Amino acid sequence: MSDAMTAADKGGGSSSLYLDRIRTMRHVRNGKERIIEAILFVAAFCAVAVTVAIVAILLYEASTFFAHVSLVEFLTGTEWTPLFERASFGMLPLLVGTVVTSFIAFLVAGPLGFLIAMYLSEFAPPKLAEVLKPFLELLAGVPTIVYGYFALLFVTPLLQKIIPGLPGFNMLSAGLVMGLMIVPYVASVSEDAMRAVPMALREGSYAMGATRFQTAMWVVLPASFSGVMAAFVLGVSRAVGETMIVAIAAGQQPNFTFDPREPAATITAFIVQVAMGDLPHGSIGYQSIFAVGLVLVVITLFFNLIGQMLRRRIREVY
Amino acid sequence: MANKERMALRGIIARNQRWDLIVGTVGLLATALGVIILTLLFVDLVLDGWHRLTPDFFLNFPSRRPEEAGILSAWVGSALVMIVTAFTAVPLGVAAAIYLEEYAPKNWITELIEINVTNLAAVPSIIYGLLALGLFVYILGFGHSVLTAGLTLGLMILPIIIVATREALRAIPVAIREAAYALGATRWQVVSDHLIPYASGGIYTGVIIGLSRAIGETAPVITIGALTFIAFLPPIPFSGDPPAGPFDWLFSPFTVLPIQMFNWLSRPQSAFHVNAAATGIVIIVATLAMNGIAIWLRSRIRSKLKW
Amino acid sequence: MNEPRKPESNAAIVTEPLKAETRKFNFYYGDNHALKNVDLPVAERRVTALIGPSGCGKSTLLRSFNRMHDLYPGNRYEGEIRLYPDDVDLVSPTVDPIEIRMRISMVFQKPNPFPKTIFENVAYGLMVRGEKRRSVLEEKVEEALRGAALWDEVKDRLDDLAFNLSGGQQQRLCIARALAADPEIILFDEPTSALDPIATASIEELIAEIKEKVTILIVTHNMQQAARISDYTAFMYLGELIEFGRTDELFVRPRKKQTEDYITGRFG
Ligand SMILES: Nc1ncnc2c1ncn2[C@@H]1O[C@H](COP(=O)(O)OP(=O)(O)OP(=O)(O)O)[C@@H](O)[C@H]1O
Ligand SMILES: [Mg+2]
Repeated sequence: MSDAMTAADKGGGSSSLYLDRIRTMRHVRNGKERIIEAILFVAAFCAVAVTVAIVAILLYEASTFFAHVSLVEFLTGTEWTPLFERASFGMLPLLVGTVVTSFIAFLVAGPLGFLIAMYLSEFAPPKLAEVLKPFLELLAGVPTIVYGYFALLFVTPLLQKIIPGLPGFNMLSAGLVMGLMIVPYVASVSEDAMRAVPMALREGSYAMGATRFQTAMWVVLPASFSGVMAAFVLGVSRAVGETMIVAIAAGQQPNFTFDPREPAATITAFIVQVAMGDLPHGSIGYQSIFAVGLVLVVITLFFNLIGQMLRRRIREVY
Repeated sequence: MANKERMALRGIIARNQRWDLIVGTVGLLATALGVIILTLLFVDLVLDGWHRLTPDFFLNFPSRRPEEAGILSAWVGSALVMIVTAFTAVPLGVAAAIYLEEYAPKNWITELIEINVTNLAAVPSIIYGLLALGLFVYILGFGHSVLTAGLTLGLMILPIIIVATREALRAIPVAIREAAYALGATRWQVVSDHLIPYASGGIYTGVIIGLSRAIGETAPVITIGALTFIAFLPPIPFSGDPPAGPFDWLFSPFTVLPIQMFNWLSRPQSAFHVNAAATGIVIIVATLAMNGIAIWLRSRIRSKLKW
Repeated sequence: MNEPRKPESNAAIVTEPLKAETRKFNFYYGDNHALKNVDLPVAERRVTALIGPSGCGKSTLLRSFNRMHDLYPGNRYEGEIRLYPDDVDLVSPTVDPIEIRMRISMVFQKPNPFPKTIFENVAYGLMVRGEKRRSVLEEKVEEALRGAALWDEVKDRLDDLAFNLSGGQQQRLCIARALAADPEIILFDEPTSALDPIATASIEELIAEIKEKVTILIVTHNMQQAARISDYTAFMYLGELIEFGRTDELFVRPRKKQTEDYITGRFG
C-alpha cells in the first residue's frame, strides 16, 4: 500500500493534491473514527449493563427479604402467604404451580411442535411448507394476553363440560393454552434444526431406497437431535416465564397441589397479583416479588443455557 | 434379479411406505390441528367482540358502564409508549449490532456481550418489569409513567433488534466491504455508506417485529404499576392552562391496550368480557399487521437481494 | 489413414449383455433442458465412465439412473432408461423410485456418512429393508466392509462415529454402505475428487474388484482415471452424448473432433 502511495506521489499532478489533503485529514479522521467506535461500544455494552442491572436489583431487594426470611423456609416451606398478618414464606406452592402448568404445556407443545416441524421439513410439499411457515411465525407473534382470554372464556368452559366440577380457575386450562401458545415456537426452532441437516445426508439415505419416514427417523432426526432437544428446552423455559395466561386462567392464589384441576398461582402470577395491589415500597410483600423473581431468573437461565448449548452443538457439526 | 426376490422387495417397500403414509398423515393432522385450533380461538374472539368495535369504542374513556366504555386512553397510551420504546431500542440496538458485527475484536469482552445478548432475549418479560420497578420507578423516580413503560419495553426488545440487525449485516458479502475499503473508505464510511443502507430492510423487519412484541406485552407494564382506570389523556405539549411543557406527557400516568383488556377480563361481569374481546381484536390486528408487514418485507428482501 | 466406419448404434458397440440402456433420454430442470436425446448403453459387470467438461450433464444423467431427481419439484424425465434383465423403464412414473434406489446404489462426490456409528452406516441399506436380526447384519456388514477394503482398519471400532474416519476411509465406508445393499448397479459421482492420490488409488483398486459382481457407472473429471478403470467411456458435451466407445478405442482413436480435443486437453 505504501508502495502505491509513493508511486502516485511521484506521478504528481492533481492526485498529489488529494494526497496532501488525505494526509492532513488523517488525524481528524482517525479521531472521528475512534469517537464513533467508542459510542458504538457503549451501545453494545448497554446489553451487559441491562443484565447487571437486573441481577443487581433482584439481589438487592431479595437480600433485604432474606434478612427477614430464612432461606430454608423459603425453599422448603409449603405455605406462601406473604401478604397475611401472620405471613409464611414457603415458596413451594408457587414452584409447584409453575412446574404443573409448564409440564402440561410441554405435553402439548413438545409432540405437536415436533410433528409439525418434521412434517414441514421432511414431508410437506415445498409449496405448502412455504405457506405454513410464515403462518406459524404469525401465530408466534400473538400477544399472550389474547391467549389468556381464550383460556378463561373458551377452553375452561369447554373443559367444564368434560370434567364436571372443574373450577373457573384451573391449571389444566392455563397449561393447555400455554402449550398451544408455544407450539409455533417449538415447531419453528425444531424445523430450523432439521433444515440445517445437509441435503447430502438425505440424498445418501434416499439413494439406498429409504422412504421419507426412514430418512426422517434414522438420518435427519439423529443429525438434528440436539437442535430438537434445544427447541423443547427453550419451549419449557418460555412456559416457565409466561405470565398472563396463568395469571388470568389459573388463578392467583397460592395452592400447594399437583392436581391440574385445581386453581393455583405460579411465580409469575404471584408477581402480577402483588404488583396490582399497590404494596408500599420497602414492605416485605414488595420484596418478596423480587425474591421469587430471582428464583424465576435462575430457573429460566438454567434452561436457556442448556438450550443454547444444545443448539450450538448442532451448528458445530455442520 | 430373480422375480421372487423382486416381489419380496416390493413387499418391504409397501410396508415401509405405509409408515410414510401414517406419519405424513399424522404430521399433516398435527399441523392442521394447530392451525385449526388457533383459528377457532380467533374466530371465537371476533364473534364475541366485533359488534363493540364502533367509532365510539375508540373515542370513549373507560367507564363503569360496560356499554359506554371505550379504549381512547388505552390506544393513545400504547402509541405514546411505542414512541418511547422505538426511540430507546432502535438507536441502541442498531449501534450495538454494528459494533458487534463490524468493530468488535475477538476478546473476552466481546464474548461476554454476545453471551449476554442471547441470554437477555430469553429473560421472561416480567423480569424486565421487576427491573423497571426497582430502577426506573423508585431509584430514578420516573414514577408509573409513559417514560418508564417505554424504557422498559425498549430494553425488552433490545435483543430482538440487535439479533435482526446482525443477521442483516452478516448477509452482506465481504466483497462489498472490500470494494469500499479498496477505494479508501474508513470503517465508519463503509458502515454508514454501504452496510446500513444495504441492511436497512432487515433492520426494519427486526424493528417492526420488536415493536409488535412490545405493543402486546402486558406483564412488565403491570409490574411497574400502570393504573388501569385512566379517564384522561397525557397532556399535549403547550396546551392547557398553565401550558404543558413539551415533555410532560412522558411523566404522565397512562394505560395501554393489553392492560385495559386484562382489566376488563378480570371483572366478573360478562359485559366487560365483551369489551375485553373487542380490545383483543384491536391488539391482534395491530400485532398481526405489523408481523405480516415484517414477514412480507423479509421475503421481499430475500427474493430481491441475491448477492 | 482413418478408413470411414459404418455408423453403428451405441448399443451395438457393447459386446457384453446390457444391464441398462437410456433411449432418447431427455431431462429437464424446470425449463432447463439439461440432457438431450442421450442413448447410453451400460454393459453388465463392466465399468462405464462418463466424461466431459463441467456442466455438460454427467451428474444429471447419473442421478437419473436412481431417480434422485424425484426428490425435487419441477424436474422432468423424457424418454426411457431400460433396466435389464426385467426390461422395465426405470424412469416411468409407474415404477417405484424407492425400489429403483434399493437396486441401484450411489456413491457421492463428497463422502456423506450418516451421523451414526460405522456399523449403523453400513447396515443402513439392510435396516431400510426391515432387517433386524443382529447376526445377519453383522455378517453383511463385515462382508461389505471387507469388500470395501475397510474391514481391517475399522473392525475394532465399529461402534465409533463415522465422522471420526479420514476422508478416504469415509468414502470407502460409503462404498461399503452401497455394497451392503447388494445393488445391481452402483453409481459413482466423482468419488475421488475430494481425496488425496493414495486414497484415490485405493478406491480405484476397489472399483476394479467390485466390478466382478456389480455393474458400475462412474463420472470422473480425471482422464487418466477413466482410461485406467473403465471398459467403456461416454463423452458428453452440452447435454448431449457426443461419443460412446470401448475405452481403449475412444482414447486412442476418437471418432469425433470434440472428443479428441477434450481428451487431448485442447478444449476451449
Ligand atoms: N438443480 C438444478 N436446477 C437447475 N439446473 C441445474 C441443476 N443442477 C444442474 N443444473 C444444470 O444442468 C446442467 C448439467 O449439470 P450437471 O450437474 O449434470 O453437470 P456435470 O456435468 O455434473 O458438471 P460437473 O462436472 O461440474 O459436476 C448444468 O448446466 C447445470 O447448470
Ligand atoms: Mg457433477
